[in-house]
Amino acid sequence: MKDWRYWLAEQRSALLAVGIFIFMFIIYVSNHQAGFSANVVQTSANKGVLLALVAMAQTLVVITAGIDLSAGMIFVLTNCLASWLVVGTAAETAFGVAVVLGTGLLCGAINGAIVIVGRMQPIVATIATGAVYFGLALLLRPFPGGSVNEDLADALTGRLFGVVPTSLVALVAVVLIIWVPFRRSVTGRAAYAAGSSEIAAYMSGMPIKRAKFVAYTLSGLLAAIGGLFLTFFTYTGEAAYASGNAYTLFSIAAVVLGGVSLFGGRGSAIGAIFGAFAFRTIGDLLFVFDFDPLWQPLFQGVVLLFAVSLVAFGLFRVRNRLEWFG
Amino acid sequence: MSDTTTEGQVSRLPKFIQRADPAVATAFGCIILLLIVGSIYSPSFLSPEYLLQQLKVASFLGVIATGMMLVILLGQIDLSVPWAVATGAMMACAAAAYGPAGAVLAIPFGVACGVAIGLVNGIGVAYLRIPSMIITLATNAVAQGLMVVYTGGFSPQDSASDAMRYLATGFLLPGVPNAVIAWAIIGGAMVFALTRTAFGRAVYAIGNQERAAYLSGVNTRRVVMIAFAVSGGLSAFGGVLLAGYASKAAQSMGDAYLLPSIAAVVLGGTSILGGRGSYLGTVAGAILITLLQSILSVMQMPEAGRQITYGIVIVAMLLLYGRAPADR
Amino acid sequence: MEARPSDSAVPLFRMEGVSKRYGGVRALENAELTVHPGRIHAILGENGAGKSTLIKIMAGVVAPDEGRMTLEGKEVSFASPAAANQAGIACIFQELSLIPELSVADNIVISDPPKRFGMIDRKAQRRIAEAALARAGAEDIHPAALVKDLPLSRRQMVEIAKALARKPRILILDEATSALTAADVSKVFAVLRRLRSEGLALLYISHRMHEIAQLADECTVFRNGRNVATYKAGAKTDAEVVGLMIGREYHHIFPPRQEKVPDARPPVLECRNLGWTNRLRDISFGVKAGEVVGLGGLDGQGQRELLLAFFGVLRGVSGQVLIDGKPVTINSPADARSNRVGMALIPEDRKTEGLMLPMTVRDNLSFASLDRLGRIMGVIDRAEEQRLIDEMVRLLAIKTDGLGIPVGSLSGGNQQKVVIAKWLMRKPRIVLLNDPTRGIDVGTKQEMYQLLRRLADAGAAILFYSTDYDELIGCCDRVLVLYDGAVRRELVGAEITERALIASALNVNDPGTDRARETTA
Repeated sequence: MKDWRYWLAEQRSALLAVGIFIFMFIIYVSNHQAGFSANVVQTSANKGVLLALVAMAQTLVVITAGIDLSAGMIFVLTNCLASWLVVGTAAETAFGVAVVLGTGLLCGAINGAIVIVGRMQPIVATIATGAVYFGLALLLRPFPGGSVNEDLADALTGRLFGVVPTSLVALVAVVLIIWVPFRRSVTGRAAYAAGSSEIAAYMSGMPIKRAKFVAYTLSGLLAAIGGLFLTFFTYTGEAAYASGNAYTLFSIAAVVLGGVSLFGGRGSAIGAIFGAFAFRTIGDLLFVFDFDPLWQPLFQGVVLLFAVSLVAFGLFRVRNRLEWFG
Repeated sequence: MSDTTTEGQVSRLPKFIQRADPAVATAFGCIILLLIVGSIYSPSFLSPEYLLQQLKVASFLGVIATGMMLVILLGQIDLSVPWAVATGAMMACAAAAYGPAGAVLAIPFGVACGVAIGLVNGIGVAYLRIPSMIITLATNAVAQGLMVVYTGGFSPQDSASDAMRYLATGFLLPGVPNAVIAWAIIGGAMVFALTRTAFGRAVYAIGNQERAAYLSGVNTRRVVMIAFAVSGGLSAFGGVLLAGYASKAAQSMGDAYLLPSIAAVVLGGTSILGGRGSYLGTVAGAILITLLQSILSVMQMPEAGRQITYGIVIVAMLLLYGRAPADR
Repeated sequence: MEARPSDSAVPLFRMEGVSKRYGGVRALENAELTVHPGRIHAILGENGAGKSTLIKIMAGVVAPDEGRMTLEGKEVSFASPAAANQAGIACIFQELSLIPELSVADNIVISDPPKRFGMIDRKAQRRIAEAALARAGAEDIHPAALVKDLPLSRRQMVEIAKALARKPRILILDEATSALTAADVSKVFAVLRRLRSEGLALLYISHRMHEIAQLADECTVFRNGRNVATYKAGAKTDAEVVGLMIGREYHHIFPPRQEKVPDARPPVLECRNLGWTNRLRDISFGVKAGEVVGLGGLDGQGQRELLLAFFGVLRGVSGQVLIDGKPVTINSPADARSNRVGMALIPEDRKTEGLMLPMTVRDNLSFASLDRLGRIMGVIDRAEEQRLIDEMVRLLAIKTDGLGIPVGSLSGGNQQKVVIAKWLMRKPRIVLLNDPTRGIDVGTKQEMYQLLRRLADAGAAILFYSTDYDELIGCCDRVLVLYDGAVRRELVGAEITERALIASALNVNDPGTDRARETTA
């Protein structure tokens, strides 16, 4: 019985995100003209999954007390790449998918190497690499276009047994294949430890550098999976600067809503996924209430501002003002 | 634990004119190199008209980078630049539409909107201790939301006031564009503030060791807040100039200034960790970036190539000058 | 007394002729220590006697300059804490090494988690953690609880469990009971006794004499980096032990103290019933103009917090602070330095709290006085700045190759002079000093003592915390000895002796002094 309470305490912020999401989603579907239909769920799922994947990517880095401002750009770059490569026969498609995912891994690894080996601040380093990744995306797709293996795309964005959105199933698979092993590995634990107290982690002899590098690399991979799905949804590739920036921004909002601490060491990708879905639903709520969609960016911005301000609550516990300065 | 690290950095001083500063020297060296390369490409590169034109274009970036530098000297960053620029431009143009009084107040109003954005950033960073990168991203999103609602998502129809146009494109002194004069005044004020006032000393002190500055009895939080407000105001003023230059504001006009403004500051030798850097370096950085842009566009390098070039140049310069201290 | 193995038992660990220097300072000199299995060995000594260096060497945190260590007769050397762990030496340090956001179980197995198919086996981890917690007598701590949610005393128990999970043969406890409640202490003692009967060697560093009397089988006293005596527990009285710990070489000359003229004015600085969390308890005293009041006691008994509380750095301080007899509220260093208070704090760590090392000597010297130098829009009056700086450089005889060089390039002693000068420039009425002579050469120390006395004679009220008893004896008119956040004793004038300082710092009754003014039991 007691174990259950500790589990609850640990997952409290993630569960809060689940709660917000369910609450918002109920309001959303009950006001939607179409109601709770498989179609509505499928559309919501597909939009949510994209942000959820980028938010997972962000989570991995944030846990180590870093930040990845290039996540949205990796997402855009892999989208453009996929619009060239994920076409043709099954073998060609598979090869394309592999190259796209490999590119994501490489982008993440470059970020990690610059931050860890180059000892550069993650913010500036990832802004700079983000510019490079966006530039590459623009080289690949100066104009929107391209195509994708539509069979695969439809299979992954449709419904399983006519009810369950396939994209959700894919998301669960990603969680099981990437997140769970990471969370349970020594490396994953070292990533948490490095974010929580790097000195204590060092004193305990944990593999901090390796953990950070793996976190950045997997983050690139997750963003690439997101880019792949974007291609499946849109059938095209587009080097959209605004969209890349928005995904980076929203991924931070989703991570905060999902209970991941921006100071590192706390939170899970599961929380971030629900944070992403909650954030998406909040944005869509305006839509069902017939607000002008023009208000959506402002509304999302205010939610983001509010979410990051929550960070400040810990401040009231500080008894020694010198702790402000780290 | 900080013994070795801080003592390793001591060779570079926060002084306006530090000719020995290798980063500033390198930046100026790069400018000369670019001019030489450019003149090989096209002889008009060294003509006074072209150089003045470049200086004018650089002054927009220079004004924005001035605010960015102040924030970076504190060891923080301001990612709200894109929409602070756009807000300043749009609000100034909007005010200009309200008759003669509006035309007079257009510039102060635009700048005031930027200061307001900066104040939100500053309060968040200084008093709520939210990481600057996060809070400035959030205020950027809010400012964007406000502007989208205001403009209805289209390019704003209001046009710049005559004063704004004159400021950006006119010539008070023959041959010297007003924008350059504006930059010179702002730059001069910044140099004075950084080197001759208690505020400037506090900025460097906070960037170096906020704990020591606080224990010296300086109200470090107020200094940080003011610095962000100034940065917001200067971004908006940059927007006002840009609107004057183009006669009107545009939706994403600020997007092209975030990365270059950070790059200008960093290329000018200001440490991204704060506490170290000279304004002269930022001037060099702004000119360098502008020339680089100009040459890339003369060479008909597409936008993609420019983005990649920036990113790589920033990473390379940071690896040279801006690295965090080595591990224990 | 419990049964004890015979003294002829083979030593488990031996250290011979071990020396360690930090810069010019001898931390450990030709030290010797023999550790037997199945015994609790207490290490005693005052601040800087070499205790912590000794255990750092044993735990592989620092490498000795010379000497040899043997484990079961075989020579060993440890390249890292992990290497010492491998050899079976586990150390519980004063500074906690737990990771706050991870669970208790995660922390306990942190250095070598159990794995299954390459992933951490959480069930096995849980079992190990439960066993370790039980062994540490801390079954009440849930393995799934997050460390950051535990109070300090529970965290300390987790530390002990974490050390035990590594199955050590030698367990070192450095002030491990300082954060514990009385109930926990007796539990820990029971655990330690059981571990002893299991054949572990325990090295117990503590300043609590009564704990040592209860627990230890043998004791070694360190002084000036040397082991001066090893004896069976109970073989010496407290007074004899204190006698062993004193006897440092005096090599400082202190300025003469003036006869105090009785002063009817209220103290310049006074506090009544000052408290802060559990680190400061009900502290009341006053400092008059012209007085140098010392803060004594072992390091970390609340002295630093007391100074920070006065300086407006701590939040939630209870009690009252009075300046010239009038109550004041000080909420920031800015308040503390304002004209109505006129306080200055020479902080503990000049590199992070006193100076901006990369900035110039000039900028650092005038930094705390810029509010006075810049009246209009904060524009600095450079002529006045130069005048004040010249005055200070002369007054303190700061040796520098110019004012435009980074302060970080000065010697340690001169850096400390800059810190002091930057505050003296404000002509403060109250000067708080937090161990200002740590790591400073003898000559500069001498100058500082002279300066302190001159300041006091000029009418300043001085509160002086030092870890060096010698300094307290030489410089202070009165010394308040802190123990566990409370003033344990007040020593005045001739009462300030090394014996009295150490005895009250260790919180033992000292028969050598007649007028023992006990304030806590």
